[in-house]
Amino acid sequence: MSGAHQDALLQVQDLRKSYGAIKAVGGVSFEVRPGEIFGVIGPNGSGKTTMFNSVLGQIRPDAGRILLKGREITGLSPRALNQRGVGRTFQTLQVFGKMSVRDNLIVAAQEHRGSMFSRMFAPGESNLGAKADALIDQFRIRHVAHKRAGELSYGQQKLVDIAMAFMSEPDLVLLDEPCAGVNPSLVGGLSTLLKELNRSRGGSFVVIEHNMDFVMDLCHRVMVMVEGEVMAIGTPDEIRANKQVLDAYLGN
Amino acid sequence: MKHLSKLGAVAFLVLLLVAPTMLKSYGVYLFTYWLIYVIATMGLNLTVGYAGQKSLGHAAFFGIGAYTVAILMQHGFSFWLGLPAAVLLCFGVGLALGFPALRVQAIYLAFATLGFTTAVWLFIRNEEWLTGGTFGINNIGRPTLFGQALDGALPYYYFVLAVAIVMAALLWGLLRSPWGKAFQALRDNPIRAESLGVHIQAYTLLAFAIGAAYAGVAGALFASLVQFIEPAPFTVAASIMMYLMVVVGGPGYFFGPVVGSAVGVLLPEWLRFAQAWYMFVFGAAIVVLMLWLPDGLLSIPERLRAKRLAREASAARAAAAAALTPNITQGAQ
Repeated sequence: MSGAHQDALLQVQDLRKSYGAIKAVGGVSFEVRPGEIFGVIGPNGSGKTTMFNSVLGQIRPDAGRILLKGREITGLSPRALNQRGVGRTFQTLQVFGKMSVRDNLIVAAQEHRGSMFSRMFAPGESNLGAKADALIDQFRIRHVAHKRAGELSYGQQKLVDIAMAFMSEPDLVLLDEPCAGVNPSLVGGLSTLLKELNRSRGGSFVVIEHNMDFVMDLCHRVMVMVEGEVMAIGTPDEIRANKQVLDAYLGN
Repeated sequence: MKHLSKLGAVAFLVLLLVAPTMLKSYGVYLFTYWLIYVIATMGLNLTVGYAGQKSLGHAAFFGIGAYTVAILMQHGFSFWLGLPAAVLLCFGVGLALGFPALRVQAIYLAFATLGFTTAVWLFIRNEEWLTGGTFGINNIGRPTLFGQALDGALPYYYFVLAVAIVMAALLWGLLRSPWGKAFQALRDNPIRAESLGVHIQAYTLLAFAIGAAYAGVAGALFASLVQFIEPAPFTVAASIMMYLMVVVGGPGYFFGPVVGSAVGVLLPEWLRFAQAWYMFVFGAAIVVLMLWLPDGLLSIPERLRAKRLAREASAARAAAAAALTPNITQGAQ
């Protein structure tokens, strides 16, 4: 397997993590290609989140390697990962409630500008105003741009939350259940928005999601995890046609 | 609204310039005392209100600043050497304490810094050779500025006022730089901040150390104001009092320390008529205030705004409902 795809953006090789006697992830390997939207599905307890958290440096895997653009990133801190071009969202809303929407976006990229010392004297917007405005327009949140993020509706906060992950122009964005808590009538719009971002900005996305229609519509390839292992990886059509997946997961 | 607050700021500044000329020297002394606490609690507001670190070590830094100036001046050095020395020492000690202490958060950090205040206080009290112990240090001089001795109550007041304005301007600038945003981000949500590349440890440590440096400035001015220092103003109780000033004024509000220090320094003076009861009245006032305004006095305008928005929203709902009602009645017919 080593060196199979030199062009892979993210490579996860034989990742393992146990909590005591409970095996959360048992030897998971996959690759995410540049520009790809890669979905991860699986029932609760299938190890999606543990896999995700290992890739994002939130927990340290027992074994296995994680490579970004061919360089090992296993065990790096969330901050170091972000500096290397990994953005993320969380399962629950994570905005800076007392700051304005625009400031939320600016702070989301300012640490990529200059040094710690130079930032003490840099202009407040770190010359990120134009970039923030572009995302504000793309996410259609112009009318609330100067409100405090904490005062927005859940759906609007969700958009801010996702927009923040894109501010520093990451190569890889991991989205943890982007549809959770979002009004079903807006899910289609979110899918369109993410596709648009993928096209206009490039970069690869990894999406964990329970909403099957959303994943099948959005993703180029989908990985199915069951009981800590990979059951199948393929295009949405291949996954839909996979007998084993249907029986184990979709089938009922 | 913006216009109004600008006007208010100018009026306040004029008041600060003019009012002391009409006061007796004790009144001027009290105003100076208050401004010194404003400087100290501006620093604490940065640590607590903007960066979200619950520190009870501020009186210790205040004490380190005061004793640095007192000891240096006792040995014949100028105030102008003492002041930067106090600032640098407090900043350095802040870094040295914060480096291990900021690994813990919330109440644990409060206890760690409380222990620090106790240790510093004991050092001041016991190391008589350096600090004079309980006898303190006497005859601390006032600085000379442009050949003018700031010995009188009024000249020293204006000097402290100028320092306070400079310190406020520096803080204003810092809070508007990317650092200010990083501080607020890590206060609102440290986990998210870290995932966006914010170096949590570095920023919390710097917020803490800069806050300590502000206490150093205040301590230096305090030593030269009272001209006699002993360990009593630098106890754990003083640390808690400073924390209280930040909370009463409104943590995370730029002018919170101005209001909070007024409550902490001036209110007890005005309550002197209550004599033995004054601490009781003061305590009761704080209890009522915290129950009524947990976000501090400066949260009042925001509360009113929230109330107005809620009223408008319910009026809009009522109007929408009223607009619907004829249709419903028509539909019933």
